[in-house]
Amino acid sequence: MVRGASKLMATVTLKNVWKTYGRDIVLERVNLHVKSGEFVTIVGASGCGKTTFLRMLLGEETPSRGELLMDGAPMPGEPGPDRGVVFQKYSVFPHLNALNNVLVAEEFGRARLTGHLFGGARRTARAKAMEMLEAVGLEHAVKKYPHELSGGMQQRLAIAQALMKDPKILLLDEPFGALDPGIRKDMHALILDLWKRRGLTIFMVTHDLKEGFYLGTRLLVFDKVRHDPQAPNAYGANITYDIPVGRTEPELLAEIRDHTGLPLSAEADSHG
Amino acid sequence: MKRFINQHPPRAVGYFLGLLPFVLLLLAYVAASAARLAENPNDPLLPSLGTMLDTFWRLATEPSRRTGELVLWVDTAASLTRLGLGVGISMAMGLVVGILAGLIPYAGRTLSPLITAVAMIPPLAVLPILFITFGIGELAKVVLIVFGIAPFILRDVQQRVSELPAEQLIKAQTLGASSWLIILRVVLPQVFPRLLDATRLALGAAWLFLIASEAIASTEGLGYRIFLVRRFMDMATILPYVVWITVLAFLADLLLRMVNRLLFPWYGGRRS
Repeated sequence: MVRGASKLMATVTLKNVWKTYGRDIVLERVNLHVKSGEFVTIVGASGCGKTTFLRMLLGEETPSRGELLMDGAPMPGEPGPDRGVVFQKYSVFPHLNALNNVLVAEEFGRARLTGHLFGGARRTARAKAMEMLEAVGLEHAVKKYPHELSGGMQQRLAIAQALMKDPKILLLDEPFGALDPGIRKDMHALILDLWKRRGLTIFMVTHDLKEGFYLGTRLLVFDKVRHDPQAPNAYGANITYDIPVGRTEPELLAEIRDHTGLPLSAEADSHG
Repeated sequence: MKRFINQHPPRAVGYFLGLLPFVLLLLAYVAASAARLAENPNDPLLPSLGTMLDTFWRLATEPSRRTGELVLWVDTAASLTRLGLGVGISMAMGLVVGILAGLIPYAGRTLSPLITAVAMIPPLAVLPILFITFGIGELAKVVLIVFGIAPFILRDVQQRVSELPAEQLIKAQTLGASSWLIILRVVLPQVFPRLLDATRLALGAAWLFLIASEAIASTEGLGYRIFLVRRFMDMATILPYVVWITVLAFLADLLLRMVNRLLFPWYGGRRS
């Protein structure tokens, strides 16, 4: 059984955040408040700063100006166990089998010198890892190495790994972008189920508008408000739509699609 | 008819084609040798296969009249000890310094220029310095091998470390790993098979430096022996020794390849 809600709840607040690289402005004047337990999906054209935004939440990047707060305190300047992550690829360790990929999370935390647990401590950790693999439906593949798993199973493994630390926030960077439509549906069901049962706060970047509308509680659209054709990087992107999911009219969907140029769904796209 | 690039020989034909050049070379040698010996039975330059086998057998089984030792095995043991020490030290240095320089930015900035500069120095040019500094004993020969191949191995390891996907290192951090545990559980196991690959490539150079240093100052060793008997144009010793060195080099390569396949089953399939 998977335990209930995470130990701590997290709120994320951005106050007038800018991100610049030299003279290039990626994000400007971003204000946002996300309550704990929200499932935020993020869409936008490529190069509109949604990945930069995710990297700031991860701690890989810091804001050039403004404040980025987690539970009222500044976001740490490097990744840590309070924020789990699943990338589109390279998320799991290729040299460890499925069980060890999940078990290693426990060993990182509890065997600071040797990186390995032994005896009773190992049995306890192993049981927890098996529980997590069951929760994502990988109990039959514990001995398999990542290259022996399908793309969908690799992402299930990455999710199990990320949840081992009971993170307050789960960051998903186009996690299902490389999967077949059928598999993607299964993954949506899995992530929604885990989100509800564990009370996670999720930020998910996607380039699939339908996915953004279907999953979660809140959709953010990143886009440039001002545009200078002579200097495409002179103005940064901002959050242009902030919509509660579930109250969406088709006209709004079409409007966002026209603005961002994104396909309605990768499924329709690949079949069309 | 198919294009040449699409024509593949059947398996048996493939083996035959692979053997063919060896057989032709051997036949050419036997013919040339027979022609020379027909003119002068004492000609030393192209001894018959039988003479070479006899000489080799004598060196391997009969104690030397001068020292009472089995020359071939004394030479082989001396050379392999030097080679093993030199290659082993180079691997250890390459692994430790390569990982530090590739993973820790401060270490990389400090060490990379030095490593690049040292790698540019032709190793044989420093051989006199090594003989002066370390004497003409074993140490100088081992140091020459280290000087010759450690920079290559080290730079290869450093390169491989910096090629590890950033996603993996971030994932490890979100699972709570310290720098040390990232080295121990993420970097080291993934770099080790690549270290063995780099060592295989460096082995040719290691043999070169070994034989060069043995030729200049030594009292036993495979390189010492062939340069010693060169004075007597004793091809009946030199040619079997060259074949023997080739066999040893081949076996060393085979051993490293087998270790890689046995210890790192995930390595071959990681790209799929």
